[in-house]
Amino acid sequence: MSRAELFIIVGVALFVFGAARMLLTGDLIRRVVALNVAGAGVFLILMSLATVRDASEPDPVLHALVLTGIVITVSITGFALALIRRIERTEIVRSGPRESDG
Amino acid sequence: MANLLPVVVLLPLVGAILTSLTTHLGPRRLTPLISTVTTALVLAAGCAVAFQVGSSGPLMLVLGGWETPVAIALMSDGFSAAMLLMTAGVGLVVCVFASATPEITGGYWFWPLWLFLLAGLNAVYVSADLFNTYVALELLTVAAVALVALGGRAALLPALRYLLIAVLGSLLFLLGVALVYAETGTLATFGAAEETTGGLVLLVALGVMTLGLAIKVALFPLHSWLPPAHAGAPAAVSPLMSALVIKAAFFVLARMWINLSQGSAPTELAYVLGAVGSVAALWGAALALRQSKLKRVVAYSTVAQVGYFFLLFPLVIAGDGAASALAWEGALVFLFAHGLAKAAMFMAAGSFAHAHGTDELEQLRGAAARMPVASMSMAIAGVSLAGLPPTLAFVGKWQLLHASIESGQWWWIPVLLIGGLLTFAYTARVLRILLDTEDADDQQAKVEQGKFTTVRTDYHPIPQRMQYPALLLAVLTIVLGLRSIDLTELLQAGAAMGGL
Repeated sequence: MSRAELFIIVGVALFVFGAARMLLTGDLIRRVVALNVAGAGVFLILMSLATVRDASEPDPVLHALVLTGIVITVSITGFALALIRRIERTEIVRSGPRESDG
Repeated sequence: MANLLPVVVLLPLVGAILTSLTTHLGPRRLTPLISTVTTALVLAAGCAVAFQVGSSGPLMLVLGGWETPVAIALMSDGFSAAMLLMTAGVGLVVCVFASATPEITGGYWFWPLWLFLLAGLNAVYVSADLFNTYVALELLTVAAVALVALGGRAALLPALRYLLIAVLGSLLFLLGVALVYAETGTLATFGAAEETTGGLVLLVALGVMTLGLAIKVALFPLHSWLPPAHAGAPAAVSPLMSALVIKAAFFVLARMWINLSQGSAPTELAYVLGAVGSVAALWGAALALRQSKLKRVVAYSTVAQVGYFFLLFPLVIAGDGAASALAWEGALVFLFAHGLAKAAMFMAAGSFAHAHGTDELEQLRGAAARMPVASMSMAIAGVSLAGLPPTLAFVGKWQLLHASIESGQWWWIPVLLIGGLLTFAYTARVLRILLDTEDADDQQAKVEQGKFTTVRTDYHPIPQRMQYPALLLAVLTIVLGLRSIDLTELLQAGAAMGGL
């Protein structure tokens, strides 16, 4: 097995585990983290695909795609966290300060 | 004329920045005006693009003089031009609807966000590059989620769920894009088709792309995020979500199938999609019949209609020449009709909800007497969705039926017919409640007996401007039904690059 294939398998595993956790977990922060893990899996696959044809000269186009993908994922993570803060703030208002640590 | 292609993306972006400034710094009253004018200009540009495509074939533009694969290439064929027209057209009508009162938009941020959404949608429709399609899908997802979140506290959690599931779908799509690139060495949507030889990698690529986009269009059983998000959004946002946002992901899905699988189409997978779509059409309609809230009925109706769209795949991929072209046209006409009718339906539902402070169907009993225009829009849009002649959806459905017979795939015919009946059933159920004057008469007595406490006490009349936009779109589904030949010709105009 070549190194690229190994990394592709690791990437697929990361994506599958991340996606499964994202779908099965109730906790909102954990879901966002799981989505990031799944994203990292996809980016790892992209990076490995770049070296499939020529390991000494990786394909720069796929690297550029990963870079753009990372920027998008970071922005979306920020957006998701902002939404979660709002959701939890309204929950605190609803349930009263006593249960605010939950 | 190809220079108009960047305009349909950049113009809304400029408008979005301008309206963000006026919303943040003031004067706020300019925000709806700027946003509506920008949408009107985009519609004009869309008309020009459609006219050009219709008269002289697909438009193509490579930005900045770069060569592929670095270049950003823009392209518009008949399919894309039709979607540009529908997006800006429905958007403009919704803008007029939304400008009636800030209460139905969830605040002034609706206006810049709508323009961001418009930019994202148009970018999807004119992109000739797989990676840019991915970026555009993300842009429109973020704008759509933010719009849903305007619906207040109750809408925040559905908005977050929508964001997470939509991003998961995008990641799957990106994975497919990477596989296509690794296999063919190009990201160009149409170039990739020429390089492909079929094979396992391409099948996997098409499979993960299909899964990712099926999540985004809410194909059963991946639909559970849709009803809370679409029904929880503000009255002016729901029509945009159901009529436009769903279509963008379906547009990409149809493009991928038609272009990437030329000659080597995985017909088994196409049959599976058709079968899943059939279940979605029937199951979604059955759920729509059981909902107790009006906006939920309309949202589940979207789940059902999405199922219909998926009949495109077996009929186009597995059918031969003539039947395939017929199914392609039929499905696209149906897609177009759904955009108009669903926007009309959601605007009418939003009007009822706004006027009564609730969209519980029980509380809307007899509402037709108070809101005849909204009831009429609801009725026409429902009839149109069910595909009764002479509406536009009838034309689409007729062609799909015809294609089913021509290609020998008769088993889709019962799905189309029963689905239409069910659509009619849930529309009729809503109308029966709205028209139930008998009950409305002894309403007062029942309130006195203490049976109803909250009914109609908080009803207040809605502005004229909220009533007629829905009726306009509903009537348009009939008018276009009579003039459907123009639309069909436009769709055929791009056939040279559409693969069919």
